[in-house]
Amino acid sequence: MEQFLFQFFNLDIMIHAWPIMLRGFGMTLLLCAVVIPMGLVGGLLVALASTTPQRWIRWPTAVLVDLFRAVPPLALLIFISAGLPFAGIRLSPFTAVCLSFLLNNSAYYGEIYRAGIDSIGTGQSEAARSTGLNAFQSMAYVVLPQAVRNVLPDLVSNTIEVVKLTSLASVVAFSELLYSADMARSITYNASPIVMAAGFYLVLLWPAVRLASRLERKLST
Amino acid sequence: MTRSERFIDTFFKYDVMQQYWPDILKGLFVTCQIAVLVVIFGLALGLGLAILRCYRVRLVNFCIIIFIDMLRALPPLVLILILYFGLPNIGITLSGYLVLWLVLTLVLAAFAEEIFWAGILSVPQGQWQAARSTGMGYFQTLIYVVLPQAIRMTIAPLTNRTIAITKNTALGMVIGVGELLNQATTAQSFAGNATPLMMATIAYFILFIPVVYAGRRIEQAFAWRKR
Repeated sequence: MEQFLFQFFNLDIMIHAWPIMLRGFGMTLLLCAVVIPMGLVGGLLVALASTTPQRWIRWPTAVLVDLFRAVPPLALLIFISAGLPFAGIRLSPFTAVCLSFLLNNSAYYGEIYRAGIDSIGTGQSEAARSTGLNAFQSMAYVVLPQAVRNVLPDLVSNTIEVVKLTSLASVVAFSELLYSADMARSITYNASPIVMAAGFYLVLLWPAVRLASRLERKLST
Repeated sequence: MTRSERFIDTFFKYDVMQQYWPDILKGLFVTCQIAVLVVIFGLALGLGLAILRCYRVRLVNFCIIIFIDMLRALPPLVLILILYFGLPNIGITLSGYLVLWLVLTLVLAAFAEEIFWAGILSVPQGQWQAARSTGMGYFQTLIYVVLPQAIRMTIAPLTNRTIAITKNTALGMVIGVGELLNQATTAQSFAGNATPLMMATIAYFILFIPVVYAGRRIEQAFAWRKR
């Protein structure tokens, strides 16, 4: 038991690691602040492209979405950060992470918005159009607000997934929370810093997880 | 060299493909193996926990909720690193393969439990009462009446979640499991060429596009009726 506490909940090591963990946590928050809005906007564009009447826009979008949903996010990230340099495209870890998250998250958020738009009957947009709103207005003021409300639980739980995914950035040496923790672990030969990182993630995400399951249940009944 | 030649030489070099395709294939096999094991055990454990939760024993349910909340809130990579690097220090050494399987199974079980539970809750009370009044026991009602209806409602979200978690097998790369992405990055650093990564990407397409497509069809088939 003592051994267990020493290896996983070592207070000395945790206190020493605190400053670099805090910096890592700051980087994680920064990363979230960049990639979540990017994904939300990118996803909206994807959803609009995959619900237009124009077939030549809809089909390529659907194919791209399926491609990016089929590749594990880590594989996409590695491809961008380790594969593209061979083609002469060198990105900083931060840019590589942002680009791979944009591609991956737009596909996921896009699917969610699309399901929301599909859940709104065509009567809504027809009625909106007949009052004199143009296509853009009827989408923006009538269809989307209802669509987003219908898929709010999915948007929240996907956002949780995105925050969790930022931990992948540690693999390409971007100094976010998990990377800092792993550095501290390899210096101290002790797993406490990673347990500490887990603590940070729990503090950040537990309320969100509770919210997500409450929203899911509210809408399903 | 023209631009397109350079592109092909970087991502589709024939020599490299020929040399490394057995490794990529081996990796693909390992990825499939872990994926199947995770799906089987994760879904079974999730369903088991959901059934257990139906008995509404307060302490048990509290533990289940803590368990699923933690696994939903923590990035799988964090759990993998804790188990892989932490456990050996207290005398328990698990192989990377085992750690990857264990973590992904637990994560899938947590998400599956939540989805099954939501499904069970959405079955109207009248179904329970009717079944009980025919003389069925609680467990029989659950198995023969409630679960068949609940599971039908959970198929769409469950498929999507299962796909997402199965793709996390790529995390095995970080702890040296010889799965697809690991084989590809190793081959890439030996070959000094991005072709193996492209091969792995294509292998992922082949593996997951049918699943993603099937998931989409299932979602449409089970979607809510339009209002």
